[in-house]
Amino acid sequence: MSKHTLSVLVENKPGVLARIAALFSRRGFNIDSLAVGETEHPEVSRMTVVVDVEDLPLEQVTKQLNKLVEVLKVVELEASSAVQRQVMLIKVRADAATRSQVLEFVQMFRAKIVDVATDSLTIEATGTTDKLAALLEVLEPFGVRELVQSGMVAIGRGPRSITDRALRSA
Amino acid sequence: MSDTRPATPAPLHPAPAPSPAQVAQQARAKTPVEVTGAQSLVLSLEAMEVDTVFGIPGGAILPAYDPLLDSVKVRHILVRHEQGAGHAAEGYAAATGRVGVCMATSGPGATNLVTPLADAYMDSVPIVAITGQVSSAAIGTDAFQEADIRGITMPVTKHNYLVTDPAEIPRVIAEAFHIAATGRPGPVLVDIAKDALQARTTFSWPPKIALPGYHPVTRPHGKQIREASRLIAEAERPILYVGGGVIRARASAELRRFVELTQIPVVTTLMARGALPDSHPLHLGMPGMHGSVAAVTGLQKSDLIIALGARFDDRVTGQLSTFAPDARIIHADIDPAEISKNRKADVPIVGDCKAVLVDLAEAVDADLEAGTGGDYAAWRERTAGWKRTFPLGYTAPEDGTLSPQLVIERLGAIAGPEAVYAAGVGQHQMWAAQFVQYERPNSWLNSGGLGTMGYSVPAAMGAQVGEPDRTVWAIDGDGCFQMTNQELATCVINNIPIKVAIINNSSLGMVRQWQTLFYNERYSNTDLHTSVGSRVPDFVKLADAYGCAGFRCERPEDLDDTIRAAMAVTDRPVVVDFVVHRDAMVWPMVPAGVSNDAIQVARDTAPQWDREESEAIEQSTDADHDGR
Repeated sequence: MSKHTLSVLVENKPGVLARIAALFSRRGFNIDSLAVGETEHPEVSRMTVVVDVEDLPLEQVTKQLNKLVEVLKVVELEASSAVQRQVMLIKVRADAATRSQVLEFVQMFRAKIVDVATDSLTIEATGTTDKLAALLEVLEPFGVRELVQSGMVAIGRGPRSITDRALRSA
Repeated sequence: MSDTRPATPAPLHPAPAPSPAQVAQQARAKTPVEVTGAQSLVLSLEAMEVDTVFGIPGGAILPAYDPLLDSVKVRHILVRHEQGAGHAAEGYAAATGRVGVCMATSGPGATNLVTPLADAYMDSVPIVAITGQVSSAAIGTDAFQEADIRGITMPVTKHNYLVTDPAEIPRVIAEAFHIAATGRPGPVLVDIAKDALQARTTFSWPPKIALPGYHPVTRPHGKQIREASRLIAEAERPILYVGGGVIRARASAELRRFVELTQIPVVTTLMARGALPDSHPLHLGMPGMHGSVAAVTGLQKSDLIIALGARFDDRVTGQLSTFAPDARIIHADIDPAEISKNRKADVPIVGDCKAVLVDLAEAVDADLEAGTGGDYAAWRERTAGWKRTFPLGYTAPEDGTLSPQLVIERLGAIAGPEAVYAAGVGQHQMWAAQFVQYERPNSWLNSGGLGTMGYSVPAAMGAQVGEPDRTVWAIDGDGCFQMTNQELATCVINNIPIKVAIINNSSLGMVRQWQTLFYNERYSNTDLHTSVGSRVPDFVKLADAYGCAGFRCERPEDLDDTIRAAMAVTDRPVVVDFVVHRDAMVWPMVPAGVSNDAIQVARDTAPQWDREESEAIEQSTDADHDGR
């Protein structure tokens, strides 16, 4: 299995997310991560879906997605030619004795402290899945009390826009 | 489903409303007219040239039924169960090629449509289902007769809608019909909230369709066509694997021209029976689990499969890894997702089968003109040999009872190729696919993909409404018939004179066959008591109770007379109880999950290949292995 990042442009209408999620579940494809939001065109939403499949099933996923009437465009974003980012919020144990150590890691990973209490810190980190996993690994010994992650979002490098082209063809 | 407790005390007749004639007059002028949402719905259906709607009213859809009463263009046929409405819409669509329409209320009315929608989705049947929904303010509150039918039917429809704004009704109806009928056809559901039907809105036609994400590709790519014609010219043992897509694309004439041009043998799947006349010398029959030896073996031994509107279904391929091991694949389909889904295609062609066949014929013709076309004479001879040596057959029961295959064979011979045949699902379906000779497309209707028992009677009803001048036979089983026979009432009352042949073996026959073959003859829950020991129900009395003509036939010597007597009744539906031998089995058979090479022509009996053929098979497979 290998991970693939798909950018799916869809009409911004109610029920579209359910339709896409149901399609993945019905066809037996596992979603690693899913993020949705409006694009620069309010009538178009963009979903970034990370799936764990081989190449041939990936072709099936893409074709099945394209069959949905509300799907405007499906593009696979290669890691090498795209910027991929995920957000993670981590509440970690940190008292007077350990706080400075935690802060050191936070700085190394260019993360931010967004909340402080006497015995905990809440850290906001942005990056690729790998970077966030590495940060988590170094924080784990202090005691992770709570963890929340967003789905991955991704955008192609360079001046070209997939939304422009999608809307033109539409 | 006809509960009429009003959710809100709404006036039954929102006044003042113009008469339908006035509205239609104005609507034709393309100027917006003020109407209710319900009127807008009926006007939209009229504008789409809908002539028939099968349905049942109920609370949430009730507003739509009021203007429907005044429509002189749309005939509403009141069925007895929503499943019947759905299958009738399918039968109408499959027989005529036009979009079938069914209507139901919210909640249970809508959920009863789920099976026909799933059926239409699997078999690519263009239907539009219109359901009432509870008022928009009540959606999500578990209101009386509320079901999230849009959510429920997402995986079994090509597309679906929930309409809460009456202004959207004309556009949504136009889009629904467009989506159902174009590309790969399929079912579309339009769920309309009751308050949207009651509210005032404006109607104008045509509406602006807005489907930025829907662009079915119909024209095949020239490069792929050239590549396909190259493979066709190179091939020694090509075969055309024709699926239901050829029927839906109305491409039978183009198929025939292509076959005659190329002289390539053909198999037609369960969904494609009639796409090429069965009488055509190059027609090898139906492939698959119960396919003919010639068709199954033809695919297995081929070196090139040209798949047209077919989807390499498991019932056709058997064990996928051993299916047609030496064949290269040209796969043409209007749905790109079908291509390389099960078997990887060497040449994928996305396009409408009609256009594909026209373009392919042109390319192959050029090769033939240039003297670079393929020559398949030796292969044709082999396939013809299989067809001659292993015809479909059956042995008559020794006890003098009726054999089901004979009943179906005679029925097909007497009713002829101009009739329409709609089968249920099971043994009788397979025999009807095997022993009726189909000569034209749209003459064979059945539930192929979903395998819906109970399809036959309502589908025949829909077909008869769409094709009033044809004889329509429902070939049904005693099990299937008991699932939807309530529609006989609809047929009697609406003067829809279908004919029903019940192939009554007193059992769930196909399941019984598997119990015989694979479960040590332990007949768990397959005895229906419809002829052996007792007649519950007595189908002739049942027919009589409905006001149908009822016949029973139990002896081969009465068979033709009974069929002719049934043919002679044209003023009301006919039900014939053909009491047949219960141990008859469907052969040939490839057991589930094994290679198609393991085809059996009878129990524990493999085809007896003659010596020359065995040698030919060995040589050809050796040569292929060496060559690859």
